[in-house]
Amino acid sequence: MTSLHPGSAPATASTGDGPATVSVRGLSHWYGTGSMERQVLQGIDLEIHPGEVVLLTGPSGCGKTTLLTLVGALRQVMEGSVRVLGCELKGSSRHERQLLRRSVGMIFQGHNLLRCLTAEQNVQMGADLLPDLAYRARRDLSREWLRAVGLSDHLGKLPHDLSGGQKQRVAIARALAAHPRLLLADEPTAALDSRTGREVVDLLKRLARDEGCGVLMVTHDPRILDVADRLVRMEDGRLWASDATVG
Amino acid sequence: MTPWQGRRIPLAWLLLTRQPMRLAVALAGITFAGILMFMQLGFRDALFDSSITVHKLFDTDLVLLSPRTKSSISMTGFPQRRLVQAMADPDVTGTTPVHWNLLLWRNPKTKGTRSILALGFEPRDPLFIDPAVTALAPRLTQKGRVLFDDQSRDEFGPVAKWFREGRTVESEVAGKRLRVAGLFTAGASFGADGNILTSRETFLSLLPNTPSGSIELGLIRLRPRADPARVVKRLQALLPEDVSVLTKQGFLDLEMDYWRSSTAIGFIFTLGAAMGFIVGCVIVYQILYSDVSDHLPEYATLMAMGYSLLTLLGVVAREGLLLAIFGYLPAYAAGQVLYAVIHAATKLPVAMAADRAITVFLMILVMCMGSAAMAMRKLGDADPADIF
Repeated sequence: MTSLHPGSAPATASTGDGPATVSVRGLSHWYGTGSMERQVLQGIDLEIHPGEVVLLTGPSGCGKTTLLTLVGALRQVMEGSVRVLGCELKGSSRHERQLLRRSVGMIFQGHNLLRCLTAEQNVQMGADLLPDLAYRARRDLSREWLRAVGLSDHLGKLPHDLSGGQKQRVAIARALAAHPRLLLADEPTAALDSRTGREVVDLLKRLARDEGCGVLMVTHDPRILDVADRLVRMEDGRLWASDATVG
Repeated sequence: MTPWQGRRIPLAWLLLTRQPMRLAVALAGITFAGILMFMQLGFRDALFDSSITVHKLFDTDLVLLSPRTKSSISMTGFPQRRLVQAMADPDVTGTTPVHWNLLLWRNPKTKGTRSILALGFEPRDPLFIDPAVTALAPRLTQKGRVLFDDQSRDEFGPVAKWFREGRTVESEVAGKRLRVAGLFTAGASFGADGNILTSRETFLSLLPNTPSGSIELGLIRLRPRADPARVVKRLQALLPEDVSVLTKQGFLDLEMDYWRSSTAIGFIFTLGAAMGFIVGCVIVYQILYSDVSDHLPEYATLMAMGYSLLTLLGVVAREGLLLAIFGYLPAYAAGQVLYAVIHAATKLPVAMAADRAITVFLMILVMCMGSAAMAMRKLGDADPADIF
């Protein structure tokens, strides 16, 4: 297993050279057992390179979220190979997956902020995952990220007092504060109006580019498809190589 | 890196303090349980302590008792000759025969009667360690005089107050008129609400049916470097079966054991404390369980971010620890106040003993940490895969 911590990530944002951020080969997954068994993923192959933004679309229930949880080391891989940041997830232990998740930023459909923490403290929960960084440094880092997402005036506010778009931006800052080398996002714009949604994805893309961080984003939202470097469509547990590169 | 530099967001603290209502309920529950434990254990210890309020005062190394004596409220007589025989031992330097009985004292103000502990002794013999009693004892040589315990309960009348004001205080004990010749300090106990000292002559006039030569307690003083345990052995061999020899500590233990084992009182108070403990457990468990349940998606998010289950268990454990500390402090303060109130009202020797303060804290700690451990099982339900 190679280093899971930030700092060793290649700074280049170009696609194609260097090791892939995510490399999925022949991935299949099932839910249920016996007669209730239902296959949700069938022989998936997928690569994501540093700095690349990949958008995953498809009808509900086609297995997008399952793929996201497998790449995010939230589930045990059943069949096939999933290499994330150089770490093979097939047969990985609970602890290995937990450590890997520290280098994977996640942005959820709901913002999933901690209700009892202020915006700044929420972001610092992300920064606190960084080893060897003093408290003050982590706090400053959190403030910088909140500034980067345009929320420097809302440091001390509880999620309760923030709008939907602001909450989602706090969630992005939190995900990025841990210096991830891969960002997974599940319909980050679902709860937002079109203008806010647009702003959030643009921000996401820009920050991911700057950090040299691969992005896999599940979305139904046709308005944001143009941020993708690559579009991937999924249907009935299979990927359809609609490698239409945009922008 | 110093620990201060390594510190993290105090999640446990924030989880508790950002939900003030829930925190208040939790702290009220823990404080209530703590106060209940302080009261019950305080009463229990006060009972055992107060049962030997008088016993502790005797100026003695060994005592003689009737083997049938089981406690201070049922002292049985034995022949005073045994005390004289004990003088034969080379280590024995002095003895004091003591009469001991509960008699009816008439309140000089309300004329109501109440049971009081009366001790009769030869005024020239040493009785109590307190030199004030020794100094006052000669006043008892005149017949019909008593020394009155100024710590006796108020139901015996304003005797001490009147006496200090210089009034002549007279009362009736067992139907005989007596005059208070002085005050001494002992204290009420569960067995006796008040105490008086008299000469043997006066005592026997109050209880004319006492068999001659019979006493209830014999005090034996030893040479300074004598070993009490060995003298007890020698005296037991020397004296017949109709008397038992005890060290002073054995005398205290006999009395405490009576209240501990022969009555349900110790059990009842311990049970009361256990009830407080259980009520506290239920409250803290409820609070922590619903806290974990309510925040389950947030805990799952933290796990998805890469926090370990152990870290999150630590958060719940710290919540338990904080609840224990902040629930204990008001319970301790309330305990102090209530002990003072109870002492003023009952004259029982209740006070905040260090060992009880620690015991109650440990019980609250076990209560909170145990409940936290139970609530942690709910954390196992936090599956980070479910939050997408």
